[in-house]
Amino acid sequence: MNINKRLLLYVKAMRIYVVLVGLFALITALCIIFQNSYIAQIINKAFLAHQSLPQLLPALYILLGIILVRAIVIWGNELATNIVSTRVKTDLRQRLFAHLFKLGPQFLKGEQSGEIVNTTADGVEALDAYFIQYFPQVCATVIIPTVILIYVFSIDTLSGIVLLITWPVLPFFMILIGKQANAMTEQRWRLLSQLSSHFLDVLQGLTTLKLFGRNHIQEETIRTISTRYGDTTMKVLRVAFLSSLVMEMGATISNAIIAVEIGLRLLYGDIPFEQAFFILLLTPEFYLPLRSLGAQFHASIESAASAERIFDLLETPTSEVANDQNIQVPQTVQEAIEFCDVHYTYTDAGEKQRAEALRGISFKLAPGQKVAIVGASGAGKSTIAHLLLRFLEPTAGAITIDSQPIQSIPAPAWRKLVTWQPQQPYVFNTTVAENIRMGQSDASIDEVIIAAQQANIHDVITQLPQGYETEIGERGALLSGGQVQRLSLARAFLKNAPILVLDEATSTLDTESEQQVLQALERLTPDRIALTIAHRLHTIISADHILVIQDGRIVDQGTHQTLLMKSPVYQELVKAYEEEAIA
Amino acid sequence: MSKSTLRRLINLALPVKKWMALAALLGSITVISGIGLLATSAYLISMAALHPSVAVLQIAIVGVRFFGISRGVFRYLERLVSHTATFRLLANLRVWFYKAVEPLAPARLLERKAGSNHELSSGDLLRRAVADIDVLQNFYIRIVAPPVVAAVIGIGMWIFLGAYGGVFALIYIVFFLVSSVGVPLLTHLLSQKVGQEIVTTRAELHTQLVDSVQGIADLLAFGQEQPQAEKIHNLNQRLNRQQMLMATISGFQGMLINLLMNLTVWAILLAAVPAVYAGHLNGLFMALLVLSALGSFEIILPLPGSFQQLGGSLAAAHRLFEIIDAKPAIQDPKTKSPQPQNYTIDVSHLNFRYGEQEPYTLRDINFTVAQGKCLALVGPSGAGKSTLAHVLLRFWDYQEGQIQLGGHTLRDYCQDDLYKLISVVEQDTHLFNTSIRQNLMIARPEATEAEIITATKQAQLHDFVLQLPDGYDTLVGEQGMRLSGGERQRIAIARALLKDAPILILDEPTINLDAVTEQKILKTLRTLRQGRTTILITHRLAEMDIADEILVLRQGTIVERGSHQQLLQNEDLYWRMWQQQQRLQANISQ
Repeated sequence: MNINKRLLLYVKAMRIYVVLVGLFALITALCIIFQNSYIAQIINKAFLAHQSLPQLLPALYILLGIILVRAIVIWGNELATNIVSTRVKTDLRQRLFAHLFKLGPQFLKGEQSGEIVNTTADGVEALDAYFIQYFPQVCATVIIPTVILIYVFSIDTLSGIVLLITWPVLPFFMILIGKQANAMTEQRWRLLSQLSSHFLDVLQGLTTLKLFGRNHIQEETIRTISTRYGDTTMKVLRVAFLSSLVMEMGATISNAIIAVEIGLRLLYGDIPFEQAFFILLLTPEFYLPLRSLGAQFHASIESAASAERIFDLLETPTSEVANDQNIQVPQTVQEAIEFCDVHYTYTDAGEKQRAEALRGISFKLAPGQKVAIVGASGAGKSTIAHLLLRFLEPTAGAITIDSQPIQSIPAPAWRKLVTWQPQQPYVFNTTVAENIRMGQSDASIDEVIIAAQQANIHDVITQLPQGYETEIGERGALLSGGQVQRLSLARAFLKNAPILVLDEATSTLDTESEQQVLQALERLTPDRIALTIAHRLHTIISADHILVIQDGRIVDQGTHQTLLMKSPVYQELVKAYEEEAIA
Repeated sequence: MSKSTLRRLINLALPVKKWMALAALLGSITVISGIGLLATSAYLISMAALHPSVAVLQIAIVGVRFFGISRGVFRYLERLVSHTATFRLLANLRVWFYKAVEPLAPARLLERKAGSNHELSSGDLLRRAVADIDVLQNFYIRIVAPPVVAAVIGIGMWIFLGAYGGVFALIYIVFFLVSSVGVPLLTHLLSQKVGQEIVTTRAELHTQLVDSVQGIADLLAFGQEQPQAEKIHNLNQRLNRQQMLMATISGFQGMLINLLMNLTVWAILLAAVPAVYAGHLNGLFMALLVLSALGSFEIILPLPGSFQQLGGSLAAAHRLFEIIDAKPAIQDPKTKSPQPQNYTIDVSHLNFRYGEQEPYTLRDINFTVAQGKCLALVGPSGAGKSTLAHVLLRFWDYQEGQIQLGGHTLRDYCQDDLYKLISVVEQDTHLFNTSIRQNLMIARPEATEAEIITATKQAQLHDFVLQLPDGYDTLVGEQGMRLSGGERQRIAIARALLKDAPILILDEPTINLDAVTEQKILKTLRTLRQGRTTILITHRLAEMDIADEILVLRQGTIVERGSHQQLLQNEDLYWRMWQQQQRLQANISQ
């Protein structure tokens, strides 16, 4: 488990933690020895020396003291490990976020996002099992038997030898069984999740089953499949149980061997009763930590897997460029934004596949200009938008603002100049007002309302149960697609940035909502640079300049009328848009 | 709530009660073997200290060996039996839930948001139910068994120690009860509030994490990464404080149990020393008493855990009961379904609302579709088109007015018999995660290969299927996700063809499709329609000449009716919708 090494690297307090946990284990080991030594002593004196209670009271009081110390150590151990664990979790979460924000949306696209939420939420929490349970148990397993062994050797060599021989046998079994048990647990989980998804499939298709009159035979199918799952799993488990049987037998039989060994030697007077009984008391304590460790095995594996995912994420390289600290950050665009021979190549980290998305794009955007980008899906339209938002950095070529490369400006500062209207704006799980304030955190409620009015969404908001203070709920379930678009436009009005990047909403909007979005947009665009990724015909027609993209290159550009006459690619595209518009 | 939930939960486990009892018995024997091993070893050593003959020791030696082996063996058997019980329980739970939920589908499984007629998918509800059932399968091993075994051991030890003196039995039972009942109860009371707080905070944190990851582009574009990171940090700090409080409590519990276990030993010693001195107790048994008491605490250790899991199981059970306790939306008639005289559908003065408190979704709907004719329902979204289809399918029963099918009231038909008469192509067809063939044969299990191919050819699906690597045995994936929307709809059409029912309801069959695919699907629908009484619901006005009559619905009432040509001449709502669709094209060709 290499997790230890990596944790040492990431967790500053790791050394203190290791020492602390070790210390607690050592104190526990000493408590065990003294506690049992006093128990043996008291029984010996009462049983064989026939001492009275007053004579034994001092010993009983000392025993009580040891019992209390042992209890306090347990509590202290729990508190200390929890303090470390919460610290580590907080620290890792913060680092993960700082890193994710640097990695940007490209990295989080698609299926990965669910996985990453899991890593930052449950994955980080899973470290608890390592810090609170597994590692302390490992320490206990190393330290407690060692201390007991040394002590037993010092009083009775023969018993010491028996313990020494049986002890390494158990870890050997442990490792063997641990591995096997894990493989089995995994297999069992896989089977269970298959079974559950089948069951879910049936339940979700219940209407369909009913409509086809197939609903009654399903009962039997469910029973058959569930039973089959039980049988298969039992086959798997039987082996696992057998292994732990061997393990358990190992421990109990060693226990029995020691009992018989010292019993017989006691019989022949080779060993005094107190010592013999003391060793008998220590024997189960000797094996106990090891047996408890087995129970922690699964949790630790889960922890280790989570830690690995966390560290892998933290070690994913970012495309950040070092910035000059003294750079002048422009507040607005004086002359133009320019793309100069920009190339971009996607690298898929997993498959090492490289796809060249942009192959030398050059164009200019001047204030007040409305530029539309058209092209088939996959032509590279979105890549251009993402480059302008600095979600990506060009692999070659440069993007400049008034001849200054934008890479020299820190990304967050640059993004203050750009407003983005995405195809599917994200609605955050908070109030309407807070959602609009994304555009400007310190905006007053009046400013928020003005922005909402400009975006044609004010009337919708006032009809919500608590107006601007309404919690929109998960993924904005209360709002329709067009309303979400307008909410995002309100953000844009509030942000009031000189550059607009519009990824047009697709045909999911009905005609009426679309009209309202378009009206709002009309108000937003004058005097700004507006770069539109066109999905609809209106934009193409009304744009000042149109770039036709194909396979990562600009193949034609001009106004709608000129392109319609001279560009076959454009004619083809317009035809496709037309068809979509009819549908 | 929890009391009756617990009772119902236990009732559910009754079918496997024999297995459970056996597992509890084996579990008890396992613990007794452990105690026996410690007790006989203690006895062996104490006996040996008196230097008797070897023969006297033999019995104790045999006992030590026996218990040493039996503990492992019984543990093994106990695990086999308890897991068998678990799997049986799981199978029972699933069948039970299916049986209970089946009559509720689909009406009661659609969660409708208050005040709107927007139907949410039942996916989340069912997904949670399946997860809840998985939680409940552990009800026996983790929750029922430990207290049962603990009770057996507690009583057994009480009797055993009582044989050596009432005071030992008393000491033992007091400490045993305090640590098995008192401590878990105390911890539960102490941690209840903070436990709930942790759940809430974690849920909040999770929401924020989802927002941050899925909304990362928006956050970055609006420069909100810092405030968002702070939000998460604050939540994290709150979670830390709550978790530390929880750790303090659970550490306290661990400490108490250990303390009570050792105090039991101490108290027994305190009582045994004067008893041995006074001759009331043979010193030979002192070690035995101490070690057996110590050994029996093995069963206390899992108790707090099962106490904690009880809460989770009860919550899961409560959610399941809540689902299945809903009353079915419709009742089948007691008598046999009538034989339809023809396949004409006749609706007169139909009013419908989802609940008594809610506004009417459909008002005064009148129409007749004669056998073999086609009726189209059009209108903006939310007009009540799908509701009307669902009422015709008896997913819900209507309140006022009359629906007649084949000369009989719709309510007189049993659901099963009604569905034999109707084929439905929905907007989102459910495909099961199995092969294309299996998905088709749902419509007619006895269908021959030739029949399947005829149907798929008519649905223009056959050529596509042949291209697939495994042909008709190709798996379609979860919810048919390996297929495109158009392919899924074609499977739905092929199903309808295979089923060959005299009435056809098409509920927005092309809504999620692009224009080109839509055209093709509409063409195949013409094939499917031949001779069948058809109701077509759509909000796109394409290929409308297929309909003999068109009803325009708006806010639950019919505002216009007539053929495509008539409606265009009216220049009203239908005409406007038509114009909107045509406008963009006109715009470009200027």
